[in-house]
Amino acid sequence: MTTLNINGKPHQVDLPADTPLLWALRDHLGLTGTKFGCGMALCGACTVHLDGEPTRACVTPISAAIDKKIVTIEAIDQDATGKKVQEAWLALGVPQCGYCQPGQVMAATALLKQKPQPTDADIDAAMSGNICRCGTYPRIRAAIKQVAGLKKETKS
Amino acid sequence: MKKPLDRPELDELHIVNISRRTFLKELALTGFVLAAGFPLLSKADETAPHTDEAKYGADAMPHGWVDNPLVFVAIADDGAVTIVCHRSEMGQGIRTSLPMVVADELEADWQRVRVEQAPGDEVRYGNQDTDGSRSMRHFFLPMRRVGAAARAMLESAAAAQWQVPVQEVRTEQHQVRHPATGRTLGYGQLAQAAAKLPVPDRDSLRLKKPSEFRYISKGRVGLYDGQDMIKGQGQYGIDVRLEGMLYAVIARPPVYGGKALSYDAGEALKVPGVVRVIELKGSPPPADYNPLGGIAVIARNTWAAIQGREALKIEWDKGPHGSYDSAAYRAELEAAARQPGKVVRNSGDVDAALQGAAKRVSAEYYLPHLAQAPMEPPAATARIVNGQCEVWSCTQAPQVSRERVAKWLKLPEDKVTVYVTLLGGGFGRKSKPDYIIEAALLSQAMDGQPVKLTWTREDDLHHSYFHTVSVERLEAGLDARGKPVAWLHRTVAPTISSTFAPDSKHQMTAELGMGVINVPFAIPNLRVENPEAEAHTRIGWFRSVSNIPHAFAIQSFVAELAAEAGLDPKDYLLDLIGPPRRIDPRTLEDTWNQGESPEVYPVDTGRLRRVTETVAREAGWGRTLPKGRGLGIAAHYSFVTYVAVVVEAAVGEDGSLSIPRVDVAVDCGPQVNPERIRSQIEGACIMGVSLATLGEISFKDGAVVQDNFHTYELTRMDDAPREIRVHLLPATDFDTPLGGVGEPGVPPIAPALCNAIFAATGQRIRQLPIRDQLRKD
Repeated sequence: MTTLNINGKPHQVDLPADTPLLWALRDHLGLTGTKFGCGMALCGACTVHLDGEPTRACVTPISAAIDKKIVTIEAIDQDATGKKVQEAWLALGVPQCGYCQPGQVMAATALLKQKPQPTDADIDAAMSGNICRCGTYPRIRAAIKQVAGLKKETKS
Repeated sequence: MKKPLDRPELDELHIVNISRRTFLKELALTGFVLAAGFPLLSKADETAPHTDEAKYGADAMPHGWVDNPLVFVAIADDGAVTIVCHRSEMGQGIRTSLPMVVADELEADWQRVRVEQAPGDEVRYGNQDTDGSRSMRHFFLPMRRVGAAARAMLESAAAAQWQVPVQEVRTEQHQVRHPATGRTLGYGQLAQAAAKLPVPDRDSLRLKKPSEFRYISKGRVGLYDGQDMIKGQGQYGIDVRLEGMLYAVIARPPVYGGKALSYDAGEALKVPGVVRVIELKGSPPPADYNPLGGIAVIARNTWAAIQGREALKIEWDKGPHGSYDSAAYRAELEAAARQPGKVVRNSGDVDAALQGAAKRVSAEYYLPHLAQAPMEPPAATARIVNGQCEVWSCTQAPQVSRERVAKWLKLPEDKVTVYVTLLGGGFGRKSKPDYIIEAALLSQAMDGQPVKLTWTREDDLHHSYFHTVSVERLEAGLDARGKPVAWLHRTVAPTISSTFAPDSKHQMTAELGMGVINVPFAIPNLRVENPEAEAHTRIGWFRSVSNIPHAFAIQSFVAELAAEAGLDPKDYLLDLIGPPRRIDPRTLEDTWNQGESPEVYPVDTGRLRRVTETVAREAGWGRTLPKGRGLGIAAHYSFVTYVAVVVEAAVGEDGSLSIPRVDVAVDCGPQVNPERIRSQIEGACIMGVSLATLGEISFKDGAVVQDNFHTYELTRMDDAPREIRVHLLPATDFDTPLGGVGEPGVPPIAPALCNAIFAATGQRIRQLPIRDQLRKD
C-alpha cells in the first residue's frame, strides 16, 4: 500500500511501485482531469505539480511521489495563481476541445509562480512541452501575459 | 421545386409534458451525467419521402434534420431551460453555438440554459455525423425554428391565461409580457401549460429579424464547457468510469490486413492486475469501420493492461500489404503522374494550347500520409446488461457507431445506446467507430462487464484511417506576357473509397470536388486527370481532406508561375481568379459541390477575390521586410467558404524557420458565433503549419514507422506563428447561406507558407513536410 498526498489529503493505493502516477490518479482515484496523451512525457497532457514542480505524471512512478505534495488540476484553483490562470483562460476563450488544457493550466501556473513576469522566451521554454492539437497557442500566450499584467497592476 | 420544409409531420402526435421530462441519469459512483430518459417517440420521424429530385444540404444527409421543439427543449417549473445538442463537441464549440441559436429564438436567458448531449439516434434528432464543417450550416435554420416554436407555445399559453390575443404578447429574456396591461409570466410558470399545446406549424413561425438577435452573431456567449474543461471536470471518452469496470488495450496487427498466427499469453497473465487475454478476429476487406482484430489484454487498470500487452508473444502474418513502403510508393505515384490518366475535367484544348504556348512550366508536389492525432486518443467504454448494450465514447458519428455495434453484437439497434462524451479532438479520426466496436466486443467477451478500451498514442499513430498520400503534377503553358493559356493537373492519391470498396483506384467526386476540378481559374484550356492509385492502408478523413494536397499544389504552382513571369504573386493570383462571377459548379464537372445546391452555393469568384484582396491589404502586402523574411499568399475555396492567407516567414542564416505573423481573411457567410469562428481559424492555421513543417506518416515493410510525438512531431508553442490575425468578412445579411468553418482554414496555410519561404530565400518547397529542407548546416 502506497500513501500519496494529493491535493492536501492522503490517499492510499494498492499498486506496484512502478505504476505511473497518471494511472493511479485516473484509474484508482478517479481524478480524470489529469489526461493521458502519449505515455512518454512528450505532450504534457498529464502535467501535475510535485512539490510545486510541473511533472509529467505518465512517467513518474508512484514510488517517486511518496512524501511529495501532489497537486492536480482538480485543486489548482485553490492556488491564487492557478485561479488567475483559469480565469484568464476563460476570459480569452482559450480552450477548443479542452483536452490538453488541464496540462496547459498546470504548466502555466508553475511558470507564473516561478516567473510572475515571463518573457516570450520564458513562455516558449515553459510551455513547449505541452502540445495542443487544436492550436490554442496564441491564446495561451495571451492568457499568460494577461495574468502577468494583472499581477503587475495588483502590485502597483 | 420541393419545399425544403416538406417533411413528415410528427408534431401533433407526441405532446409530452416538457416541464416534467427528466434528462438526467446519474451514475452514482462516477458522477458521469448522461442525457438519457427521454420519452421515446412512438412513431419514427422517417426520412423525407422518396423523390427523384436531387436533395442538398441537410436534406441529403442520412436522417436529414429535425426541428421539433419537444425533442430539443425542456423547460422546468423553475424556468431552467434544457437544450439538447445533437452534434459532437470536438473543439469547434458546437455545444455552445447550436444551443445558443435555440436560446436566442426562444428569448431564453443564457444564464438559465443547460445543455444536454444527445445519444446517437438520428431518427429522433436528425443527422449527427459531425464532420464536413456542416453542423451550423445544416442546423442553423432548424435550431432557429426549434427556439421559435417553443417561444410561440409559451406565448400562446400566456395569451390563453390572460385571455388576450396572442399578437398582443411579447417575449423577453425568459418572460412573456403583455405590454398593454403590464402583466408578465415567467417561462417556468408557463411551461406546463405550453407543453399541452400543439407544436405550431413551422410555416407559421415568426423567426427573429437579425436586428433582434441577442446572442447570434454577437460573440457574447462564453464557451459552455469552458469551465469544466479548465478545471479537469470535462468528461471525455477516455474519462468514463463505471462500477466494476475493467480496462483494456489491444495488440493489433502491425500491417493492415494482417492477423495473429499464434500468440502466447503466459507472461502477460503473470502481470499483476491482468485479468484475461482475448483474441479478437479481424475482418476481411473492406476495412470499413471494422475492428482490425488482434490480441486484447483485460486488466484492473490501464497500466496493467499496457504492461500485459508488452508481455504478449505474438507471431503476426503481414498479409497482402506487408511490403508497403513509402519511398517506393512515392516513386509509383510519380510514375503515374507522368502518364495520362482518367480525365475528370476538360475545358478547351489543353494539348493544342500547350503546343502553342510561349513557355511551358511544370512542377511536381508530394504530400505524405498524415495522422489526425487528436490529443485524446480513441477510447470507448461498453457494458451489456440484460441484452442491452450501452457505450460511452468520444465519437463524431454516434448513429453510425450504434448501427455498427448492433451489427457486430447481433443485437437490434434499439438495444444499443451510444452516449457521446466530449471529444478531445476529432479531426476526422473519430468519425470511424472501429474502436467503439472493439470495446463492445470486449464487453461481450467479458459477459457484459463494463470494459474501457484505451488506445495508446502508438495505437493511434499505427492504426489510424490515414490522410491520403499524393503526388500532384501541374503543367502550364504561358503566353508571351506570362499568363497561362493551358493548365494540366494530374492528381494521384489513394482514395477514401478504397476503405469501403478495396478495388477503388480513382478519387471520388467528393475528393476531386475538393479544390481540383472546381478550381475557378479563368484559363481557357484546362484539364484535370486522375491516374490510378492503389491503397495499402486505411485511408480516411483528415480535417479538410483532399483540399490539403490540391490547395498546396495549385497555390504553390500559381506562385511559381508568377515568379516565372516576373509578376507579383498576389496580382497574378487575382488575375487567374478573374473577374467576379458566380459559376455553376456543374460547369466545372463538380456534381458534388460539398453536398450543397449549385444554385444556392455557386462558386463565387467575387468572394474569392474579396478575401484575397482583404488579406493582402490587412497583411500589408508589398511591405519592406528585413533580409530572410518574405510574404506568401494563397487562397482556397472549400466547404463553401472562401479563405485567403498571407504568411510572413523568417528564415535564419542556418535555415531555421519561424513564422512571425499570419493573416487570414475568411468569408463564411453570416457568422453565428464569430468568437468561435476566430478560434477555429487560428487553430486551423496552426494545424496547417504543423502539417507543412513536420507532419509525416510513412510506412516500411507494411507498418507505420512513427510511434509517438517524438517521431510524429506536431507544432508546439515555440514554433507556432507568433501572431495570427483573423479578418472575418462581414456578411451582407443572414439570408446569405452559411459556409463551413471547422476545416476551410487549413488548406491555404501550407502553400502560403511555402510561398513566403520562396519570397524569403528563393528556395521552392515542393514536398511536405518542410522539416530540414531549409537547413544549411
